[in-house]
This record gives sequence, structure tokens and C-alpha cells, in this order.
Amino acid sequence: MIPAIVVFIYLATVLYIGIFAFRKASGGKKAEDYFLASRSLGPFVFLFSLFGTNMTAFAILGSSGHAFTNGIVTFGLMASSSGLVIPLTIFFIGTRVWALGKKYGFMTPVQMFRDRWECGHIGTVIFVLQAILLIPYIIIGIMGGGTTLNAISGGLIPYWFGGAIVALVVMGYVFFGGMRGTAWVNTFQTILFLLFGAIAIIVIGTGMGGFRSAAQAMLASPAFAPLLTRERISPLYFFSYTFIPLSAIAFPHILIFCLTAEKMNHFKKTVIFYPLCILAIWLPCVFLGVMANRVTDVPQIRAKQEARRVLATQGKAMTPEARDDLREKAAGDDVILLLLQRYAPLWLAGLLGAGIMAAVMASDSQILALSTMFTEDFFAFYGGKRRFGEAVQVQTGRLFIVLITMVAYAVALRAPETIFELAIQYAFSGFAALSPLLVAALFWRGSTKWGALAVALWTAMAVVAVAIYQHAVPAPAPGPPIVSWSISGLDVISRTPGGTAVFGFMPVVPMVIVSALLMIVVSMITSKPQQSTIQKYFPQG
Amino acid sequence: MSRIPLVVVIVLLYALHQDFWFWRTPHPLVFGFLPIGLFYQGCYSVAAALVMWLLVKYAWPAHLEEEVEGSQSQEDTGA
Repeated sequence: MIPAIVVFIYLATVLYIGIFAFRKASGGKKAEDYFLASRSLGPFVFLFSLFGTNMTAFAILGSSGHAFTNGIVTFGLMASSSGLVIPLTIFFIGTRVWALGKKYGFMTPVQMFRDRWECGHIGTVIFVLQAILLIPYIIIGIMGGGTTLNAISGGLIPYWFGGAIVALVVMGYVFFGGMRGTAWVNTFQTILFLLFGAIAIIVIGTGMGGFRSAAQAMLASPAFAPLLTRERISPLYFFSYTFIPLSAIAFPHILIFCLTAEKMNHFKKTVIFYPLCILAIWLPCVFLGVMANRVTDVPQIRAKQEARRVLATQGKAMTPEARDDLREKAAGDDVILLLLQRYAPLWLAGLLGAGIMAAVMASDSQILALSTMFTEDFFAFYGGKRRFGEAVQVQTGRLFIVLITMVAYAVALRAPETIFELAIQYAFSGFAALSPLLVAALFWRGSTKWGALAVALWTAMAVVAVAIYQHAVPAPAPGPPIVSWSISGLDVISRTPGGTAVFGFMPVVPMVIVSALLMIVVSMITSKPQQSTIQKYFPQG
Repeated sequence: MSRIPLVVVIVLLYALHQDFWFWRTPHPLVFGFLPIGLFYQGCYSVAAALVMWLLVKYAWPAHLEEEVEGSQSQEDTGA
């Protein structure tokens, strides 16, 4: 129960931070103050809150779980590629969006697109697509909160109650604190993440009797030695993953965060330190996830390994449902929690549990971003702000936060978690495929609204097509993929144990390439915005 | 400083992410426990931070700040 009490103290702290931010706000009536903290965040808060916003539950729970099953490849797949691509996109795109926001008052990406390409309803299409792709994150955040509180309290706090507490706390500080509260909470959470990685590796490493013996024992085991290499992952799959971090800058909550910096200089530290922050959090989590395979005295970990073994040896003879059931049993998302329960003293397990809660509760900025988008791209755009004023707009945003949290909680209670985990996989590819919109808007004078519409429609179609395909063709057992379409011996579309492959690549690769081509081709054959608009965005050209 | 060397460095770093030379071996274990593939990718993150520092130092888009300051001073004058 002690860990649960420490976690409750943590939850009370973040709620207080949100309310404190509310007191610092200018009465909460100005939309720019509530949704963007008056574009006044300093360098320290900007770095840590932007980083924290991008670190979802996956950074700690998912990364160690993925590494538990797949080995050290997890770091190269998801962390080091992000450490290059995300700061690059912040450098090239984030700074430009910040400058345009300062000059023209944009508060959302869609506002910029509408102005850049002189379009109204096409902007609405992009808004709807962004919102649909973002909602699963909010739901999974509440589910993660319920599951984690349940695990940390040793089952004393039921899932429904844990989810309700997390939903209420997140809703509370976002409702009161707006962007300022969310940024401060994210900063606090990021510091907790960073402490978590360092403390967890020391405590668990000491508990395991040092990592040298564990690593040697893994090397000696034919079942576990491959986890210390990348031989089970194809180089094409590994390469494909470098396209996924393109999604980060296309996420509305990340781009909206870029608008909150007081000065453009604040981007400098963020860009430089981003790869190091990723290293500090992901390396310990991935390493511990791999090493969890050597923990032989935790029954739950043994059960996961047994499920993995049965899936690999007997999976081909099983029904798709039985394979899915085994995959769920083999999933390692809670291995870090199990390691802490095994090796950390009670009081420390509480502190580290708070670190995990910080990771799980990353849905705050998505909720705020959706509220900002709804009030700016929909309510204000269709005349609400003009008719009712800015104070009503802010109150509408707050009401939207309450509604979206309640709906997300209701869905989280009823729907199975795996559906939303899948939806998030699709969302990453979807947002990556939307990234050519930003590149075209900011760097290509010749881009048009029809090109933007083509990108949005293609992204929606591709995400739906992958979802339907993966539903229609169940995942095979570990081993060779099911080839659904081949031309002259070349595999075009295959169903792999982990998803879909197109010419051996993950779907994100063709999705991004086709998006970029559509933007180029459609823009070349359609009429451009007025010269005055182009001049506004390319004054030096 | 010319931008071309920076572009080359970024492209090179992107290519170096595909470290197929450490694909199938955990050896050597750095510090006795860290497989070489994981150690390499950790060093890769440090190299990424260094490249970002180079970008900030030699290719910072200062003109954007100047444009913002120019438009704000125009607004102030107009007001």
C-alpha cells in the first residue's frame, strides 16, 4: 500500500501545479493565455515540457516491454532514430512555425494551413483527421492509469477506480492550468522520468547481483542470446522505423507546443539536448527490459516466457484467436513494474511508481491540443468567437476538456485495450504521412490546397486500408510472413507477425513517399494561392 | 559557413543508423555487460546531439527572429 500512497501524493502534487498555474494566469479569459501560456515559456520549461509531451507511457512501460520480447533492437528502432529525426524536424519546422505564430497569431497547425493555402473546408478535413488520429492516445492514457494504479496497489485499487482517478487528475490540471499548467506538470514529470531511469538501473542492477553475470548467462542461453543482437529483425524493417519519428512534428500537440516558446533561442537547448534526454530515459528501460529475461524467480515473468515459447513452437498450428491470446500473455509491458516489485524497497517502489505514473499520464497535452483545435479550428472559425467573445471561447475549451475526458473514460471502461494500442500504431504512420503538409507549407512556394487535400485523403485511406487488411488477415505465428500479393516472385504485400509489410518495408514508408508525391503532382497541376499570400510566407524569395 | 558540409553530415549520420556491421553479434560486451549493438546506438544518440549543436551554431535561422522582431516593431509603431 505504501507505493500507492506515494503515487497519490504525486497525483496531488500535479493537481496542485495545475491550480497554481491557474492562479498565475491572467484571469483565464484570453484564449492565447489559456491555450498557449501567452507564448511565454522559458528555455528550461520549454525543453522539458516539449520532451515530456512526446514521451508517452510507451517510453518506460512499452520500451521495456518491447525489449523484453525483441531485445536490444528496441533502442535503435524507436529511440536513436527519434534522437536524430525529431530534433531535426523541430529545428527546421518547429522554429518556422513558431515565427509564423508570433507574426500572424496562429494557435493551431490548421489555422496556418488555412491561411497558407487560402482554404476553409480543406482545413476542416485536416482538423477532423488529426482529431480522429489523436483520440486513441487519450483513451489509452486513461487505461494505462487504471492498469498501473491497480498493479502498484497490489490489486487494492480496482481498474475502474484507478482510471477514474487518473482521468480526474489530468482533467483537473488541464482544465484549470491550461497550457501553463500542462507545461509545468510535463516539466515535473520529465524530471521524474530522468530520475526514474537512473535509480531503476542502480536498484535493479544491484538486486540482480550485477549485470555482468546476467549478460553472460543470457549469452550462454540459446533462447535468450539472440535478444542481445538484432538478428530477428530485418534491416528493411529497421530502416522503415526511421520514418516513424516524422510523426512527432505532425502531432498537433507537439506543433502547438512549439508555439509556446517566448523566444526562438529557446529552441536551441531543446534541439541539442533532445537526443541526450532520449538516451537517458530509453537506454536504461531497454536494457532492463532485455535483462528481465534473466529473472527466474518472478512467476509472472516465467509465465510470459513460457507463452512466448509456446507461440514460437506451436503457434502455426493454433487458431488466430489462440495466437492473439498467447501474444497478450507474452507481452512485457509490466516487466519494469515486476522488476521493481521484486528488487526495490517499498518506499522506493512508490517513488519509481510515481515515475511510471508520470509516463502513463502523458495524455494531458493531447486533451489540451484537442480542446485548442476544437475552439480555434471549429468554434472560432465557424463564427463562435465573433458572436460570443473570447471569454466564452475559453469556457467552451474547458467544457470540451471535461466532455472529452468523460467520453474517453467511458470508452476505456468498455473497450479492450488492444484495439487502441493498434489504433496508436496506425496513428503514428498516419501523422508521419501528414508531415509532407508541413514541409510543403513552409518550404515550397508552389504547394496548393488541393495538394494538401490529396495528402489528407490519401493518409485517411491508407490508415483505413492497413487496419482493414490487418483485421482480415490475422497475424501469423513467429516466422515467415503470409504473402497476400506478389508480382513475379517479389512480395508486394505481406502480413507479418508484427503488422504489415509493403515490399518488405513497414507501411509508413510508402505512405510518406506517396503523400509527398501527391503533394508535388497535385500542386503542380492546380492553381496557386495569391501572390500576396505566397509573399507573406516567403518574403525573401 | 557553407551549408553543404552540414547537409553531408546529416545524411551521413542518417546512413550510420543502419549499423549492419553489428547486426548479428553481441560482442564485445562493453563494460562487460552492454552488447556492442546497444552501445553503438547509445553513442549514435550522443553523435546526434553533437550534430544538432553544429546546426545550431552554424545554420541557425536567425532571419526568422529578425522578421518577427521587425513585424512586432511595425505593430508597435502602428499602434
